[in-house]
Amino acid sequence: MKQLEYPYDSDFILRKKKAIRRELLAREGIQYIDKKIAILGGSTTSDIKQILELFLLNYGIRPEFYESEYNQYYQDAVFGNPELDEFNPDLVFVHTTTRNIANFPKVTDSPEQIDALIEETMGRFEQIWKALADRYQCTVIQNNFEQPYFRLLGNSDFTNIHGRLNFINRLNDRFCNYAQAHQNFFINDINYVSAVYGIKKWADPGDWYRYKYALSVSAIPDFAFNLAHIIKAVYGRNKKAFALDMDNTLWGGIVGDDGPENIRIGHEDAESELYTEFQQYIKAHKDLGILLTVASKNDEENALAGLARPDSTLKKDDFLIIKANWDNKDINIANTAKEINIGADSFVFVDDNPVERALVENQIQGISVPEVGAPETYIDVIDSNGFFEVTGISEEDIKRSGMYKANMERAKASASFENYDEYLRSLEMTAEIKPFAPVYMARIAELTNKSNQFNLTTKRCSQADIEKFAADPKFITLYGRLEDKFGDNGVVAVTFGHEEDYGNDKFFHIDLWLMSCRVLKRGMEFAMMDELISQAKSKNITMIKGYYYPTAKNKMVKDFYELQGFEKIREMEDGTSEWLLDLSKPHKSGNVAIKVN
Amino acid sequence: MTREEIYVKLNEVFQDVFDDEDITVNDATVAADVDGWDSLEHINLIVAVERCFGIKFTMGETTGLKNVGEMVDRIIAHLG
Repeated sequence: MKQLEYPYDSDFILRKKKAIRRELLAREGIQYIDKKIAILGGSTTSDIKQILELFLLNYGIRPEFYESEYNQYYQDAVFGNPELDEFNPDLVFVHTTTRNIANFPKVTDSPEQIDALIEETMGRFEQIWKALADRYQCTVIQNNFEQPYFRLLGNSDFTNIHGRLNFINRLNDRFCNYAQAHQNFFINDINYVSAVYGIKKWADPGDWYRYKYALSVSAIPDFAFNLAHIIKAVYGRNKKAFALDMDNTLWGGIVGDDGPENIRIGHEDAESELYTEFQQYIKAHKDLGILLTVASKNDEENALAGLARPDSTLKKDDFLIIKANWDNKDINIANTAKEINIGADSFVFVDDNPVERALVENQIQGISVPEVGAPETYIDVIDSNGFFEVTGISEEDIKRSGMYKANMERAKASASFENYDEYLRSLEMTAEIKPFAPVYMARIAELTNKSNQFNLTTKRCSQADIEKFAADPKFITLYGRLEDKFGDNGVVAVTFGHEEDYGNDKFFHIDLWLMSCRVLKRGMEFAMMDELISQAKSKNITMIKGYYYPTAKNKMVKDFYELQGFEKIREMEDGTSEWLLDLSKPHKSGNVAIKVN
Repeated sequence: MTREEIYVKLNEVFQDVFDDEDITVNDATVAADVDGWDSLEHINLIVAVERCFGIKFTMGETTGLKNVGEMVDRIIAHLG
């Protein structure tokens, strides 16, 4: 919903929040994920909860909230409470601010006393985080501290150890260290958001003393939007790719009319420098695993000539796909999405032309089309929307663009073989198929939240869930990592399930089975099944039961279990089906070309 | 801005904040007359009124208001 994308009108959101909520819930065809979010507040949180809900609904996340009693964040976290236990949160947000710092240094304090005060304050927070991690094994989001709105020591508040600002900076540094050392723990950086908003306007002592809001009510949309970015990133709702216009988006001028020598890019003048900074900003996304593509109305020759300029930061090779032609851009983006095998709704489309933006936005449901404005606001508008909010930079991310490229080379190679098995063998594939290992937990959780098509049950899991299953002796968990002569595909297949005694039989239920579409038709699913069967047999399991739950996106795996040699035992009207594999009968492996472990 | 003109805008604010297009308020309206006007929504109401008229109430002004009429008096005083 446009009203919830940056630049939004905070006053409008606050005033119309009820109507906006109604409108969001009335949208059709939204596949929500449901999440239980506990807000433990050190100040009033009522509107924070309500505005956060709007942004989350807009991201396709339907939250159910627990809200602690006023200022009970410490008690709820450390001592627990039956209501919160029963709620069993997926995510806990600890809303504390500079108002919750009990003791600041006094000018008469010695350095040792101030050090002790830091430890005391930190100790209290670490106690909270540890208790939450132990009790709920869930994701925790914690505010850092905003800068104070007054400075007793003036500029020395920054440098002098007695200054509040100095004290807060030290605490923020410690929060940062903790976040670096702990997974599933994220900082909501209100220190930054409040600075952008204006520290003095943010503080608003009136709203504190009247309502006990630790930030100005008017700042709540900015606050909640920033928080929502982290939550949607944790649950795999980030965007994955850019579709970029070229003329007046990546450079000034129109390359087809002006000629490549006359477009504005490089360092010759102010406009060129501005576009260069924007190109650098876009290019930096590549290392985060964001895919770069072009959707430009141009003759391809001209488009490439623009990128071929020596002072163009972005080069042809930075793009996975360049569609420079005269077709409508929505069609080009849809085709690009198909070729890369990701959803068209995971693109961010950047174009200076409002007509193109409106067309693409209307034609492709769920795509993000930021109102980028003038070239000098491109970076701000894209960046502030948090499309690609980073919750951790994995090896996967850094290699992603290269992996998709290798995939396209594989597609070319397959065309030259007459026999498909022969082609598969030529790929020299080796797989590592093993129980969930600590280094892959984040990637596995990410896959359960991102995979839609090759996904039998579409069960979404947090990293904490994944770790729990891995540790449970009743579970078999397997990840599959596939390498071939073109490169390493990383972890691309995941399955887990649990065992259950059933009469004389020992059943194994497959709770989740998914595979990344980048390794379709490679036989990886068969290699995975072989390994699952062998593990199941070693645990004396006699029957494996598989489930297919249909969604709008997973038709491609409707016959998955049939292809794996299972027998259908039940099919419901909604298309749900249940399948059984009897392990006492011989099983024929479908894997022809992958060498395992 | 006349009192009547203020009421035109003020009614829109009430309608938005309490999500009810049928609300109209007058000098005698009190919180109990409006469905959903509790202490938490009061905060939103005050903020929306401030933003709508481009004013900022002092802390003291917003705590002692007896009815909508008094709120309008304050708005007029701020608009000067």
